[in-house]
Amino acid sequence: MEFFLVTMLNSLSYGLLLFMLSSGLTLIFSMMGVLNFAHASFYMLGAYFAYQASVHLGFWPALVVAPLLVAAFGAFTERYGLRTVHRYGHVAELLFTFGLAYIIEEVVHLIWGRAPVPYRIPDILDFSAFSIYSTRYPAYRVFMMLISIAMLAALYLVLTRTRIGMIIQAALSHPDMVQALGHNVPRVFMLVFAGGAALAGLAGVIGGNAFVTEPGMAVSVGTIVFVVVVFGGMGSLAGAFIASLIIGAVQTFSVAFDYSLLTLFGTVGIRVDPDSGWMELWKVTIAQAAPVLPYLLMVLMLIVRPKGLMGTREG
Amino acid sequence: MSTHLSWRRLLIWSATAAVMIAAPLVFTQGFAVSMLSQMGIAIIFALSYNMLLGQTGMLSFGHAVYFGLGAFFSAHALNAIGAGTFHLPVSMLPLVGGAAGLVFGVIFGYITTKHSGTPFAMISLGIAEMVAACSLMFPSFFGGEGGISTDRVVGKALMRVDFGPAIQVYYLIAVWCFVCMIAMYALTQTPLGRMANAVRDNPERVRFIGYNPTHVRFLMLSLAGFFAGIAGALEVINFELITAERLGTVASGNVLLMAFIGGVGHFYGPVIGALLVTFLQSALSNYTQAWLLYFGLFFLVMILFAPGGIASLITLHQPAAQVRKMGRLAAPYAGAAAAAALLMLGLVTLVEMIYHLETKAEQVGTVMTLFGRQMDAATVPPWLVAIGILAAGVLLLAFASRFVRAAWSDITVAVNSAREA
Repeated sequence: MEFFLVTMLNSLSYGLLLFMLSSGLTLIFSMMGVLNFAHASFYMLGAYFAYQASVHLGFWPALVVAPLLVAAFGAFTERYGLRTVHRYGHVAELLFTFGLAYIIEEVVHLIWGRAPVPYRIPDILDFSAFSIYSTRYPAYRVFMMLISIAMLAALYLVLTRTRIGMIIQAALSHPDMVQALGHNVPRVFMLVFAGGAALAGLAGVIGGNAFVTEPGMAVSVGTIVFVVVVFGGMGSLAGAFIASLIIGAVQTFSVAFDYSLLTLFGTVGIRVDPDSGWMELWKVTIAQAAPVLPYLLMVLMLIVRPKGLMGTREG
Repeated sequence: MSTHLSWRRLLIWSATAAVMIAAPLVFTQGFAVSMLSQMGIAIIFALSYNMLLGQTGMLSFGHAVYFGLGAFFSAHALNAIGAGTFHLPVSMLPLVGGAAGLVFGVIFGYITTKHSGTPFAMISLGIAEMVAACSLMFPSFFGGEGGISTDRVVGKALMRVDFGPAIQVYYLIAVWCFVCMIAMYALTQTPLGRMANAVRDNPERVRFIGYNPTHVRFLMLSLAGFFAGIAGALEVINFELITAERLGTVASGNVLLMAFIGGVGHFYGPVIGALLVTFLQSALSNYTQAWLLYFGLFFLVMILFAPGGIASLITLHQPAAQVRKMGRLAAPYAGAAAAAALLMLGLVTLVEMIYHLETKAEQVGTVMTLFGRQMDAATVPPWLVAIGILAAGVLLLAFASRFVRAAWSDITVAVNSAREA
């Protein structure tokens, strides 16, 4: 029970973090039809900017400064990069963000080196918030959840209750009409791109010190975020939300289980020849298979329901 | 196809064969032969990738899966040949790799080709990650970190060809490369190849005239897997070692870069890309740690300014050559090239100074040698000079591009009047 509750909370905080990434990716995708390969690189930049800012200014200013910097970088990328390649079609756009992700990783190598940087949880949040049975739960995890939930509430309110949110929603489905009504749609696109980048940057600020800030973080999180988006259904925010929580839970829980197919065979009473060539497969535990599980889930979803959980359209 | 065209084609293919035969006689150093072998493998791999991206419009981020799995199966087959439990001449080993690539192409193709466009790209990446993650779970098949090593000198030597010397391996690769090139070219001329182009351009209409785009994509992906597997098997013969990183996403990204830089719109584009990228990778990585960065920048510049790749740049100049106006371009191009060289000089100096401070300053101090000059990266003057050169390069390039544009508008006029005449 104790294990279950603690892991549940951990998976929730991780899932919410995933949603901060996948929501931006989904918004950008449904509006511009561009899958932003560099989205997880924005997450990484957020973490590195926050590290640098926290060295000079402290954690709290970094919490504001880093996402803003990432947003500015995102806006610049959209204005001078994506808009230029837009006329060459979607493949060129996708490849542009792919190349950008490649370069961001190399630039991070160049500036901060290949080893992880010591980006730490601020002292003021480094205590235990409460205990579940005998486990003390770290306050920083609670802080992460609070920030994510506040951010998502803000995102929801902006999208549904404000004028700019209405324009964004309209531009999602009918960009030409919105343009005809006198709105500057390219600028709306730039704004959404910057907003998505800021969300990813914020996720980097609060995730970078909870996990680890290193050049490989973009790739490892990026592919998981893609799985989330495919699993939830391309272009569906609600689907992305549910998928984030599911994938977050799968990743957090699976590393803790030490069962293998061999254990299963033992319980149901099947005897396995220990010299069989398949022994290596039977012996793989869930914990060992943890890195594969999200992808396996994605493949299963694609076989059963190619649109994804709540997807409405096909690219 | 008309007969006079096929004479031209015969000439081109004979010339290709002649170049492949003559190349190791011209470049005789050991490292050159090894690079030529790698180029041959890269050509097959890049062309097989272009069956997806260029011909069917499927952007795959996981093509190295078929290359890598083909390679692993061939490595095990080669070991079995060595142990005497499996009988096949080593020269036919690529068939094993091709079969493995085909089987996995069928399996993964069945799952992925229901999608096209962006979802297909994401799913191919997911599959690639899945296979890469699996490779760490099954060390007896994938060999863990060290990979699977093997020995290509097994079985009976036929006419003293036992594939011991690198030159024999090169000719084996060259023969397979040539055969695969012809096969893949022939495929573009078949009804399937034509339908693949149609699926790329307008899947809706393909459906209307009674073909199933999913089926066409599935066939193309399976066949691309077959050729990628052949390339993987040749890699095993060449290096006698295969590691799990050869089927990872970095390797997949690499073949994408090759095909794209060469040009996906032309059959020969990926060949140029494979040659250039293989050469740059081995040449640049000897000189600088930052070569991945330069490589990425090169890729980005290509996407922004020449999305059709090098092949499209060549095609672009054909009309100018026909009206004999290439000379008009010489001076503007020389100016632009000089400006670009200046820009690169500034950029490279900046990047190398940062790298030096980051990685080497603690061991060897801040003084470094670049382009034959000594400089202290911890002082201000080299930075100012580098930034100055970079800025001058940018300005001059902007200035020079005006003359290039003027020359092109002259040529366009000449081409148009030649067409009317």
